[in-house]
Amino acid sequence: MGGRAGEIPVNVGFATVYWRDMLRFFRFKTLLVSSLVQPALWMAFFGVAMSSNFDRLSAGVMPGAGIEQIGYLTFMGAGVIAMTTLFTSLFGGVVILFDKNWGLMRELFASPIPRTHIVLGIGLSGVTKAWIQSIIIMIFGLIIGVQFFAGYTPVDIAIAVLGILIFVGTFALGFLFLSATIAVSMESPEGLQGIITLLTLPIFFTSNALYPTTAFPPFLQALAVVNPLTHLINGIRFFAIGSSFSAIGIEFVYTPQIILTSYLVLLGFCVGTFLLSRWAFNRAEVT
Amino acid sequence: MSDAIIEVRNLSHAYGDVLAVDNISFSVNRGEIFAFLGPNGAGKSTVINVLITLLSIQAGEVSIAGHDVRTAPDMVRRAIGIVFQEVTLDRDMTVREILEFHGRLYNLPREERRARIEELLALVELEAKRDARTKELSGGMKRRLEIARGLMTRPQVLFLDEPTIGLDPQTRIRMWDYLREVNRTGTTIFLTTHYMDEADHLSNRISIIDNGRIIVTGTPLALKNGLGEDVMYMETSDTAGTEDVLRNLAYVRDVRQKRNGTVFTVTEDGTRLLPAIMDDVRQRGIAVTAVNLKKPSMDDVFVHYTGRDLRDEGARKWGAGRGRSR
Ligand SMILES: Nc1ncnc2c1ncn2[C@@H]1O[C@H](COP(=O)(O)OP(=O)(O)OP(=O)(O)O)[C@@H](O)[C@H]1O
Ligand SMILES: [Mg+2]
Repeated sequence: MGGRAGEIPVNVGFATVYWRDMLRFFRFKTLLVSSLVQPALWMAFFGVAMSSNFDRLSAGVMPGAGIEQIGYLTFMGAGVIAMTTLFTSLFGGVVILFDKNWGLMRELFASPIPRTHIVLGIGLSGVTKAWIQSIIIMIFGLIIGVQFFAGYTPVDIAIAVLGILIFVGTFALGFLFLSATIAVSMESPEGLQGIITLLTLPIFFTSNALYPTTAFPPFLQALAVVNPLTHLINGIRFFAIGSSFSAIGIEFVYTPQIILTSYLVLLGFCVGTFLLSRWAFNRAEVT
Repeated sequence: MSDAIIEVRNLSHAYGDVLAVDNISFSVNRGEIFAFLGPNGAGKSTVINVLITLLSIQAGEVSIAGHDVRTAPDMVRRAIGIVFQEVTLDRDMTVREILEFHGRLYNLPREERRARIEELLALVELEAKRDARTKELSGGMKRRLEIARGLMTRPQVLFLDEPTIGLDPQTRIRMWDYLREVNRTGTTIFLTTHYMDEADHLSNRISIIDNGRIIVTGTPLALKNGLGEDVMYMETSDTAGTEDVLRNLAYVRDVRQKRNGTVFTVTEDGTRLLPAIMDDVRQRGIAVTAVNLKKPSMDDVFVHYTGRDLRDEGARKWGAGRGRSR
């Protein structure tokens, strides 16, 4: 008798949660299409418009000898990948709020899977979406003139893309855990939307997505240094453009130490938000 | 090991200042269909939610299938199936996907999952709807799908919170058939309801619950007979004489005139008393022309124990209760 209830197989609950979330993602065609088209549009309009301005402003500045000069569109391409990942991940937790409000979370909370697997499943599906988006942006960017991977061999490109995806994945997980934590603790979608908007703007504008942070006043510069978005963008630029280049008249040098530090910051952020979400999910009650 | 598969002792549960469940104790035997009957707000869902480990237990002891909900909630979860009060189906998943997801959640091996899905779709007669999204199902079909989901893992106990709320009478009766069928194959069933007839016809035993307390527990028959208030109606050739006879019988109460007959209640089982009463009346030379005997209904039991009628509340509830699927 006790046999059938007694055996506890290896738990892959997160894979089940992941499976369902992906099912939903591919089922809602409008959601799917809009989440893919939106970053491309950003790139097309904002990128092209801004780059014509910036490129004219910085046209007279000559880079130092041997330093590669890159256009604003290329500079900003990394920012668009990062920004899209930020938005997608911060909103990734909304599904948890819906599940909770519509009672669907009960099935999960009353099942034997550990609560952390719910967070992990949602996190992994968010990472998958972020990866798909990033790849689309890179392809679309290359088409409209972003000079990523210039002069790379195919092996270099493969390594660079892998590096970018690792950075994007770690960053996305961190913000998905954060978003899930907020979502499981909130009652209404409006409240969640408010908090997310409140978070996005400062994160976005104190980062180096659209402009370098070197000219910031010290206070903002401090924010930029702890801002995960800045570190994600460092990683993307390092892999996609190179370890030293000049853009908008400013020289950028990314040493391996800088990049390693940036990755460790992202990893730390990810671990921190995971612990936070574990705490929030274990104390959450859903009835 | 005792025969009890659910053991609840001194369970209390409060939401802030609101004491929703007030020190209740009961037990359910293996193989039983056991019902909690009570009005809105009685605390039925709260009890179920503690039993199924959705709410953490505040005070008292609960053991399900031999596992303590406080110390071994995971073992409890593996031993039970649940049908929640509100519909909890993803609107955009198909019938098969709903069951597939549930089977995966509980780690059923693929082969067993597939086989079980077919078996259950047949049981609840949803084979034709296998690839329909749940938003395309009628209310009764949704409920059947949820029952099938609750049974995916071959639970020892199936918990159902108001399983037939909002279903039309025919569908409700079919649903009872499904549940009896499930019960026959060895699954203990614990359900809550505010429908008298559901408690009466479906369950082996009933606890009437009101204001967070269990007022009385028993089989439907025992509860009804326990009232000792069988109502009789008798038409005779001499109404006054009949009344005289009745008043001298120890087990007769409340003798009243009604139209051309006499209405009275008896304190013991009326089916056994009636022949003797008729003999007594005839011995006085009075002819008996018509008799009627009415056993108390579940409604009478409910009114007796709670001092309230539950019907109106039940009807009102309906508007607000359902339709929370996504
Ligand atoms: N989440 C909650 N927060 C605060 N109070 C609650 C909560 N859930 C239930 N209650 C209160 O607890 C009491 C019991 O509610 P419960 O839902 O258990 O009743 P019920 O018997 O299931 O009623 P119904 O037939 O309407 O489903 C009610 O007074 C209700 O207002
Ligand atoms: Mg209820």
